[in-house]
Amino acid sequence: MTGPPRTGDTTPTGPRRGAPPDPDPPWALLAELTHGCPLSCAYCSNPVELNSRSAELTADEWADVLRQAADLGVVQTHLSGGEPLLRRDLHRIVAAADGAGIHTQLVTSGVSLHEDRVAGLVEAGLRSVQLSVQHPEPGRAALIAGARASRAKERAARLVREAGLPLGLNAVLHRANLDALEALVDLGLAWGADRIELANTQFYGWALRNRDALLPDPGQVARARHTLERLRAELAGRMELVWVAPDYVDATAKPCMGGWGAISLTVTPDGTALPCPAAAELLGADAPSVRDRPLDWIWRSSPAFTRYRGEDWMREPCRSCELRAVDFGGCRCQAFALTGDAARTDPACHRSPDHGLVRELVEAARGPATPDTYVYREPAPSDRTRAPQEARPPQQADPGKQR
Amino acid sequence: MSTSATSTLSPGWRPVVARSVVFRHDRVRGVDLLLLPERVVVLRGAAGGIVALCDGERDVAAIVAELARRHPDAPVDTEVPAFLGRLYDEGWLR
Ligand code: SF4
Ligand code: SF4
Repeated sequence: MTGPPRTGDTTPTGPRRGAPPDPDPPWALLAELTHGCPLSCAYCSNPVELNSRSAELTADEWADVLRQAADLGVVQTHLSGGEPLLRRDLHRIVAAADGAGIHTQLVTSGVSLHEDRVAGLVEAGLRSVQLSVQHPEPGRAALIAGARASRAKERAARLVREAGLPLGLNAVLHRANLDALEALVDLGLAWGADRIELANTQFYGWALRNRDALLPDPGQVARARHTLERLRAELAGRMELVWVAPDYVDATAKPCMGGWGAISLTVTPDGTALPCPAAAELLGADAPSVRDRPLDWIWRSSPAFTRYRGEDWMREPCRSCELRAVDFGGCRCQAFALTGDAARTDPACHRSPDHGLVRELVEAARGPATPDTYVYREPAPSDRTRAPQEARPPQQADPGKQR
Repeated sequence: MSTSATSTLSPGWRPVVARSVVFRHDRVRGVDLLLLPERVVVLRGAAGGIVALCDGERDVAAIVAELARRHPDAPVDTEVPAFLGRLYDEGWLR
């Protein structure tokens, strides 16, 4: 284990001498079935360097991972990606999860969800669907997603409701859609959603590339919050509105993942197990694979999962901060991405010595009137031609590294 | 769905766990759970035993009768229908 140095800690009864204590069992597994996706969302938090399709776990390997996860205590899984519908064997993975007693939710862009596909997934035991939406206006949605998909999404929503499954929408919020929050909620009502997750962009992976174009100004966030409170009062009992806070603008660290290796785990398309979906870069070669190790060992004992579990790794100002049991010192991946050191206080926190990095960006954030120019993933998205604003042509920002 | 708890407790109602919900015993933690999208409800005390009787065959009277047989001293005839009504209002029972 490569935890923080323990020099001076000689109390025999002190916490965590030697082997770490047995962690609580995980509740949830995020299963990223593929990195392939028909969209190229500007805010995508998947890594810049994606797993290739040929490296993906097979359905049999996923079935084994899901059985191990259930034995470990996992009771819920999000089947995500990329676009999980690109896996023709998705129904087998759903059936394996359901057979292990795990509640399944499909997290999808809705593109290519057809009637027979829905029927097969329901038959296999699918319990719920979460559909992404980018903007209530199709043209602007296409600009954000790098492809036209609004009609496919509307059809997908209808098919999910007709199949009797609960429908959740997920809208990642940023400068180009925060002011459309009410119209997004109206869209959810029209499509029969039970729940809308209004998730302010978290800057990981590809989203970090587009940070300048995505970051809202504080006035926009304040307006959106105001609208949210009004809608929550109006829709109480009809629709659940979940708000994922913008940590940069709020200058507040988020309780990332409910703590490192505390509640859930992620398995990426090639079988890498992570305490947080964004942790691949931070962990590098230390990230364990379900192809090499039992999930039980990965959760309980792997250096990757024990490194930032609990509070021993913390330095000041977190170490003596009364909020450390509430936010766990914020996000390790964000500390790493912004400072190069994952054990520092999350720079989103106003108490962090590195907070200036974030504050400067927020102060420089432009208003909603600025045209949106994004860098898209390769391959170049097609059919953005009728978007109301000109998008800069997609750039290959990191030649040779992408699929 | 604007039906209130009281109106659902018609004699014909045969409660059953909604299809989007999984009711199961968690052998790892030793508790009964309702698994919902984005949410896990831990059923404490007698709650799991009540939901276990919601099989779509028994009506509320039959569930109450069964629980009264098992727990002769408990106030099941008032508390159980109210509990089932709350679960209906949440959308967890149909
Ligand atoms: S964020 Fe957009 S591009 Fe990224 S995986 Fe999801 S749907 Fe695909
Ligand atoms: S100093 Fe650390 S524990 Fe305190 S609020 Fe900031 S991130 Fe949270």
